[in-house]
Amino acid sequence: MRANSVIIEAENIKKIYLRGTEKIAAINDLSVTVNRGDFIAFVGPSGSGKTTLLNLLGCLDNPSAGKLAVNGRTVHESGRGLSESQLTRIRREIFGYIFQKFYLIPTLTVLENVLVPFTFFKKEGAEKDVPRLLKKLGLENRMNHLPGELSGGEMQRVAIARALVNHPGVLLADEPTGNLDSERSLEIGQLLRQLNEEDGLTILLVTHNTELASMARVTIRLRDGRIAKQGTP
Amino acid sequence: MKIKNSQKISLFHIAWKNLARKKTRSLLTVVGIALATWVLISLFGFNSGYKNSLDRDIDNLGFQMLVVAKGCPYEAATLMLKGGTGLKYMNEAVVKLIVREPEVESVTPMLMQVVFDPNKGQSGGLTAFLGVDPATFPKLKPGLNFKQGGWFTDPAALEVVMGFEAAELEQREVGDLYLVPEKEIELKVVGVLERSGTQDDGTIFLPLKTLQKIFGQEGQLTSVGIKVNKEASLADFEEKMFKLPDVQVVSLTQVKTTIMTLVSTARILVFSIALIAILISIMGVINTVLMSVMERQKEIGILKAMGALAGDVFKLVWLETSLLCLLGGLLGAVLAVGTSRLTEYLIRKLLPFAPSGGLISIDAGLILTAIGAVVLVGLLSGVYPAFRAARMRPLEAIRSEEE
Repeated sequence: MRANSVIIEAENIKKIYLRGTEKIAAINDLSVTVNRGDFIAFVGPSGSGKTTLLNLLGCLDNPSAGKLAVNGRTVHESGRGLSESQLTRIRREIFGYIFQKFYLIPTLTVLENVLVPFTFFKKEGAEKDVPRLLKKLGLENRMNHLPGELSGGEMQRVAIARALVNHPGVLLADEPTGNLDSERSLEIGQLLRQLNEEDGLTILLVTHNTELASMARVTIRLRDGRIAKQGTP
Repeated sequence: MKIKNSQKISLFHIAWKNLARKKTRSLLTVVGIALATWVLISLFGFNSGYKNSLDRDIDNLGFQMLVVAKGCPYEAATLMLKGGTGLKYMNEAVVKLIVREPEVESVTPMLMQVVFDPNKGQSGGLTAFLGVDPATFPKLKPGLNFKQGGWFTDPAALEVVMGFEAAELEQREVGDLYLVPEKEIELKVVGVLERSGTQDDGTIFLPLKTLQKIFGQEGQLTSVGIKVNKEASLADFEEKMFKLPDVQVVSLTQVKTTIMTLVSTARILVFSIALIAILISIMGVINTVLMSVMERQKEIGILKAMGALAGDVFKLVWLETSLLCLLGGLLGAVLAVGTSRLTEYLIRKLLPFAPSGGLISIDAGLILTAIGAVVLVGLLSGVYPAFRAARMRPLEAIRSEEE
């Protein structure tokens, strides 16, 4: 792993939505650099642009303007972006995603759910021992259970395992504890911290939860689509 | 299915499990497709089965032409094959007119009589008697073999030869007596035929003269069977026969055409029903898969975020459609084979004439073709839902449920 090497670089990116005829700038001239091994929490009030920024940095959406490069490759520049299939190829090479809802396939077991990404793409260097990964996430006794038999915290851990199975360079977590109680939220926060510290996994986290945000190494506070404050928690 | 260690799971496995989520909906769709397949296989099975049986029945007649009294051509065709009701008579002098034609190899005069037998079955039934000429009829029907005994000893003997089923129904053997219903005349059973699979099985044969006398139809015939020389032109001979007064000629070609025309009306009706059934099942498939796609929008978004390309999502949804159609097709084939006897029974009830053999002929080729057609139709109906799923952008799909 190249510690402190840049993996995502956004320069003056904008995201403008049209609401009727009115232009809304969800992200406004924002620049941010993400290095390998970073654990950054984006915080801020609702509507401040946290999730929009995460989606842009994670190649789930194209900026309206500015320059975005991922792993040295220009994804977007001067209003021109990559096609959806090109973005998919970048996403599956670089990113793992977890969301507030877990979106596990209810008729597949925990192990099967975690193996789903391999059906579409198995990266060179992907996880060779999935049961070991599940054990690491505290799911060794749940491998053959269906999602409906798990607690919310366990389901999110399955979603994390699914996101990690292809050994992504960056884990994007959008309100990963939004559906969990404070105890389970803390568990997930500690797990993310552990993955960052022990495995050097780059994590970009969006959360309202200050306790969860405190697990990150860097906190970036957004307001009106701009960085209002950056610092350590 | 148990997944070992880090092996990847197949697209088939995911598709199968997706269908298992809404079991009732998937099952109903499969049943819809199965019903369409059932109708399709039964219809085409009937098409070939009916034609084969009709050909066999006509071949078993032993003669290529039948001269009957003028009347409805449908009745004439039915009479030729089944010896039905509504009998019309002609004078036996017609035989002499026919025999003198050089194309004729042999002729056999026949008289059909049908009587109601109150002792037949539980509530009575019709018994068909066929008066035949012992000198000519056996030669024209070499396919008739005897289980017991043989043909009549005398052209005017008080004797009967019973078809296989007629003998079984009446529980008669050679040497037994047979009482003609309504006439109270006893006849001696001199022969019992082997099963032929034709209407002859249910017929009771008498010498022509004897039958004419018993029923007071001296000098009358209902039909004359004609075998034509091999080198003679059937069409030219037919032309000649048409000139005979008060009779009409029914050739095998005519019989086939007449009956198949009659049957085709019923077939068009059934085909229309099959078409409607297939259209309904297509709508069912589109509805099921489309609903499933709409319900899983967010999940499809996650799959795309995880690295599934548009083609992967298309394949997944298409595979689900194919599975539904394949299962429906297989179930429909099992239903069609399993209920072919019942279907045949119902068709016999509906049709004005049905040949004596099996009416529905279902073979492996037909089953495979029908299943293939159903899967193909299913694949076509799966294109739109699969296309919709494939073109979803991950972010839009993920957001969709929350809006």
